Amino acid sequence: MTALAWGRRKRALAQTWAEYRRDREGMTGLLVLGGFVAVALLAPLLADDAQLSAVNTTGNEVWAPPGEHPPLGTDSLGRPIYDQLVYGSQVSLLVGIAATLIAIVIGTVVGVSAGFFGGWVDAVLNRLSEWFLVIPFIPLAIVLAAILGPSLRNIIFVIGVTSWPVTARLIRAQVLTIKQRLYVERSRALGASSLHVMGRHVLPNVAPLVIANATLTVPVAILSETVLSFLGLSDPLRVSWGSMLEDAFSAGALGREAWWWYLPPGLCVIAVVLAFTLVGRALEAILDPRLRAGRAG
Amino acid sequence: MSVRFVVGKVLGAFATLAFVLVFNFFLFRVVESNPVATLYRGRNLTDAQRDELTRQFGLDGSKLEQFVRYVEQTLQLNLGRSYATNRPVIEEIWAAAPQTIALVGVATVISMVIGILMGISAGWRRGTTQDRVLTSTSMATWSTPDFWLGMILLTVFAVQLGLFPTGGIEDPTSGATGFAKLLDQAWHMALPCLTLAIAYVGEFALVMRSSILDVMREDYLTLARAKGLRDAQVRDRHAVRNALLPSTALIAINFGFVLSGAIAVETVFSWPGLGLLTTEALRGPDLPMLQGLFLVFSASVIFFNLVADLLYPLLDPRVRYS
Repeated sequence: MTALAWGRRKRALAQTWAEYRRDREGMTGLLVLGGFVAVALLAPLLADDAQLSAVNTTGNEVWAPPGEHPPLGTDSLGRPIYDQLVYGSQVSLLVGIAATLIAIVIGTVVGVSAGFFGGWVDAVLNRLSEWFLVIPFIPLAIVLAAILGPSLRNIIFVIGVTSWPVTARLIRAQVLTIKQRLYVERSRALGASSLHVMGRHVLPNVAPLVIANATLTVPVAILSETVLSFLGLSDPLRVSWGSMLEDAFSAGALGREAWWWYLPPGLCVIAVVLAFTLVGRALEAILDPRLRAGRAG
Repeated sequence: MSVRFVVGKVLGAFATLAFVLVFNFFLFRVVESNPVATLYRGRNLTDAQRDELTRQFGLDGSKLEQFVRYVEQTLQLNLGRSYATNRPVIEEIWAAAPQTIALVGVATVISMVIGILMGISAGWRRGTTQDRVLTSTSMATWSTPDFWLGMILLTVFAVQLGLFPTGGIEDPTSGATGFAKLLDQAWHMALPCLTLAIAYVGEFALVMRSSILDVMREDYLTLARAKGLRDAQVRDRHAVRNALLPSTALIAINFGFVLSGAIAVETVFSWPGLGLLTTEALRGPDLPMLQGLFLVFSASVIFFNLVADLLYPLLDPRVRYS
């Protein structure tokens, strides 16, 4: 790529950031998100993972409210809620981001090929995305997770392979309009191959939309992880916010009013999901040409 | 609406359903190669017993024979027998479905009405404090895991305040009949229903708000104002009527998700519907039951999507004639 093109991209990026900074909701989301990412990355410094296993917590009081075992109390096995929450952030963010990456890769490949090649490829891929759109998502994920067995890898895989159709549709529509542009036609006339046109002209043009869409797919993936974990399909070796809720529910925390056990994980899920949604909406408003026109009008 | 259009949509729905059947078959038979061995692990079975069980579960013969038999049986609404209870899967589903339809149906209708009203007032007064409050509320409810909301509501209203029962569908000790029994069931349904209604309301509000914003720029609104109509008249007669179209599609599609919509919430409130049936089937795992539930969940979504597709041109002449 020429220096000219790089310069142009850098200016575009700077402009996007300048616009993004003016979006107050987007900045709030980014700040909250930054906080959670920091906690997930610094988890070994902030919390003690030995405390996550009931083997090491026999000395702790069980069902201790926050006052008796600061800062957040303990669960039915004496494990501190605080350490679970800190390590749980790793699973939620990891599942959310990794599953989204899978969904984005599949969605982009399907969307670009459908839009670019058209004809029967388009027809077949369209039918396939239609099918995945129509199939009830949570039951499909439950069935897949039940058959593949509970592990972090399977949860990521299941959420990833069931979340791509929206991305595929969006990208297909975008590719169809880009295909009509003059510069693509000119490039073709000069003898460029499909691969060249796709890599040089189509992909760079759909990339911003893919990023905005990805940011909005992560919260859905995080919510799905929470539900699947609550239904007992989580990795038995990892603590997640969803598995904390499942533990609390099956240990009878509701009847004992042990709110300190199940209130915080839910609040964390809401905060992360809201943060991703705010960032995604702010990005979308800047990067999606249709919404831009809508804003100006 | 042409016959061609209708036939095309109906055939498309059947193709999707056929795809579900194939998928369902392969997922459960090919991945799980020998359920009899898995289920009766550790028990001494004679060869004759093993063959008998294999035949009972429809697992004998080649994969192709099994597939043909599976399709035949499914068409006759025979979904096999539950591993857990040994009762026909279709009977169990049939028995649990009404509870789910009542619970999620009522919640969907409530959240639909409230959500649409919220969306209209937010969109019509775009950028005001009212809009900001309504929109952030909608986004917050959308971001909340529905079963967690259920756990919180259950703690506050059932455990602490004792206003509602903590779970189940009726008081087993009361022995009430007739209207009193119905009242008891409604009382048991209140909390799970409130949970789902809050969980759904955000999506309806956000969709309705954005469709109101879409029609705001239309010329016919300017014309209606130029005619001298009052603001409320412009809103109700012109804006809302047109903006309701996308919401109608969303409503039709949401009704498709009624059956599968409350899996985790039903579990929290031990509400004896299809959701609780799913959670129980997961424990085994009870594969025929999961397979049957998945088929029924998918069929209902496919059916209501077809309804939405067919309804749309009837409601919107622009789609009909283009």
